[in-house]
Amino acid sequence: MKTQFVALRTPVIAMGVALAITAVLLLLAGADVLAAFGVLLGGALTTPSRISDMLMLLAPLLLCAVGLTASFAAGQYNLGIEGQMTVGGVAAMWWLRGYQDGSPVILYWIGAVLCGMLMGAAWALLVALLKRYMHVSEIFAGLGFNFVALGLALYLVFGPWKRPGVASMSGTEPLADALWLPTLTGTRLTLITPILAIVMLAIVWRLIRHTHWGLQVRACGLSALASVRMGVPATRRTFEAMALCGACAGMAGALQVIGVYHSLVPNVASGIGLMGLLVALLVRADVRWVALIAFFFAIITSGSIQLPLALSIDSSISGVLQGLIVLAIIVARARRGEEAA
Amino acid sequence: MHVSIQQLNKSFGPVRANQDITIAFAAGQIHGILGENGAGKSTLMKLLSGVYKPDSGQIFINGNAVILGTPRLAVQIGIGMVGQDPLDVSVFRVWENIACGLQMPNDADIRQQIIHWSTTLGFPLHPDQRMRDLTVGQRQQVEIVRLLIAGSDVLILDEPTTGITAAQVDALFAALRTIVATGKTVLFVTHKLDEIVALCDTVTVLRAGQIVGTQWTMPISKETMLTAMFGEFSTHTQAPAKPISTDNSRWQLHDTMFHDATFVLGPLNLSLPKGMIIGLAGLEGSGQRIFMQHLAGTAHPDRGYVHFNGQPLTRANPLVAWLPADRLHEGIIGAMSLREHVLLLRDSLLAPQQSAHDKAAQLIADYAIKATPDMPLQQLSGGNQQRAMLALIPESAQGILLEHPTRGLDTVSAMAIWQRLQVRRDNGATVLFFSADLSEVMQYSDAVLVFFGGQVSRLLARDSLSEEALAALIGGVGFAEVSA
Repeated sequence: MKTQFVALRTPVIAMGVALAITAVLLLLAGADVLAAFGVLLGGALTTPSRISDMLMLLAPLLLCAVGLTASFAAGQYNLGIEGQMTVGGVAAMWWLRGYQDGSPVILYWIGAVLCGMLMGAAWALLVALLKRYMHVSEIFAGLGFNFVALGLALYLVFGPWKRPGVASMSGTEPLADALWLPTLTGTRLTLITPILAIVMLAIVWRLIRHTHWGLQVRACGLSALASVRMGVPATRRTFEAMALCGACAGMAGALQVIGVYHSLVPNVASGIGLMGLLVALLVRADVRWVALIAFFFAIITSGSIQLPLALSIDSSISGVLQGLIVLAIIVARARRGEEAA
Repeated sequence: MHVSIQQLNKSFGPVRANQDITIAFAAGQIHGILGENGAGKSTLMKLLSGVYKPDSGQIFINGNAVILGTPRLAVQIGIGMVGQDPLDVSVFRVWENIACGLQMPNDADIRQQIIHWSTTLGFPLHPDQRMRDLTVGQRQQVEIVRLLIAGSDVLILDEPTTGITAAQVDALFAALRTIVATGKTVLFVTHKLDEIVALCDTVTVLRAGQIVGTQWTMPISKETMLTAMFGEFSTHTQAPAKPISTDNSRWQLHDTMFHDATFVLGPLNLSLPKGMIIGLAGLEGSGQRIFMQHLAGTAHPDRGYVHFNGQPLTRANPLVAWLPADRLHEGIIGAMSLREHVLLLRDSLLAPQQSAHDKAAQLIADYAIKATPDMPLQQLSGGNQQRAMLALIPESAQGILLEHPTRGLDTVSAMAIWQRLQVRRDNGATVLFFSADLSEVMQYSDAVLVFFGGQVSRLLARDSLSEEALAALIGGVGFAEVSA
């Protein structure tokens, strides 16, 4: 009990510092601090439609963060997560374009998600290959491939897959209505995405924490030299962890296409992968906290959307708060002498 | 420039690296600094070149007390050090590498100076060569030229002949003589007695952080220097040594050559028998580490081959266990417990939890490790980490390679470690270890390999050696007669 309390003390203090700095910033901007925090922390939960909007953000965020905990466990900073999400959406769209009226919809849904996962995994493996055999940092390789993925999506949206007549940033020709994932009445929320996110969370948790495979992955992340010495197939495990992360991101991208945008939009990742990185930086390879932190971040982000209307404060304050929390925790860890991430 | 040191002290935690060092170096001479591993040579030179700050004591330049503080300040005052591994910017050209630390805006000046010094010293350097295209010896030459252009009057060289060719050694010695002829001072740090004899005007011997022989004027007999370096040789109670058998080889090296970034070893022709403990003697960095990496199969020879149990060793072999000195970095995973390590070493996909716990508990009992099965290994003391690493060697291992098996351990722990290793040996495993401690090599080896100057001796029976004789061989005295 006591050690748990000590372990929790640092994040709690760091969180407090982050909130305090945000409060100062709000004060400087002349805002009503308490009201602003009320909207930030509670605004997302006030009406059913707001809750559903929050869940629509939470589900793909959770998928990305879960995947990233696997890559973090292997010691890989997978900044290419946005690109992996984008190509997941592209692959899903490619599969769905084969749909004709009357075909079994379920096959197209499953196929699109699988295509997204495969493509995301392949995209992540490219990064892992570059790192292992060309000695390119996975951080730079990942960032580079993000731009390539965006370029690919833009090319398809404005080129081969453009709407008949006009090409537009708003995306390709929408999917046939039958292909839209069913939503809860009165909302835009489809329950399939959150359910799949929780399933993936359970699977990755189990894999990382309770299997021999996960043990080997964590060993590679903690000390590649020592694990190679002891006979762990480090290259393979690193590749597999990266592929798992890419698959999660690809799944998120595919579900955004089928369930949210109903077409391929260039910005299918829309910063969700990067927010997933913030979550993963906070929890590192500890899968237990992923859901809680992702939930918290989704609440702040969704709540902040109401800030301009309610209090004339720019919604970007949510990003400031999230960034400060991550920074504060990393600083606190560094002071305790832990590894930075 | 006249450099003198008064009562200099430097400690690292409980280790007194330099104690009450008082010495003066006259200008226009090459001063040899001699000592075995850990004698405090490098610490003293780093104090002089501003890398470290002394705990107490003073340094005088031409009679004025100075505080060196940083390498930049030391260079400004006129003291420059050429490190063991040259530090430079590999993508730079020679002139850029030299110019970047200088306050001399004119490129043409720098080029002209580089050409001037290279010609004077006989170094084949061109200002536009890329650093990465140079050999270690040439990079060292760039470093010397850089310090001279920066105006150094005192040049410190730390083990400068490691990893450079014989021709480059000759060029270096000639250059150093030219440099001191202009009135500058050279401090030459080495463990090689022959180099002291061939090059130096005076020699100072350090042992255990203290000066034992101050400024002897050469010539000095090698025996005198050896006794000063190692002190009186003690006789330990030695475990009875097993005789060297010739028919049962565990490892076989044929015409094998290795290299790493700075070092070439070989060609070697060796047969290492089964069921023996073999000590690798030699100054640290004489090639023992790459030797072990090749015996482990994690590195590949440039020439020739390494056989293990009669089979070519082309990749890491599960029958060979390698225990690195840097335990927490290369050996074990600090954040994981012994139980997790037991699991890690298994092949099963879904490893059963309870049996691993039992196995870890059994290893803890067998090896007297002060730990619980679930304690992260980084929380253990060094001795217990080492025992854990030993405990994790599979029973099937037939070759065990250890770097500094008892470094930093107390006597009881060290003896416990050696007992386990002797059991492994008696079960047929061949144990190779490298230790900087000569008495440990003499105490526990059945046979010894001496490393010197890129070569390895033949397998020498421990009983045919004394600690004194071994010390001489490490310093290169009489090495030619035993070289394989």
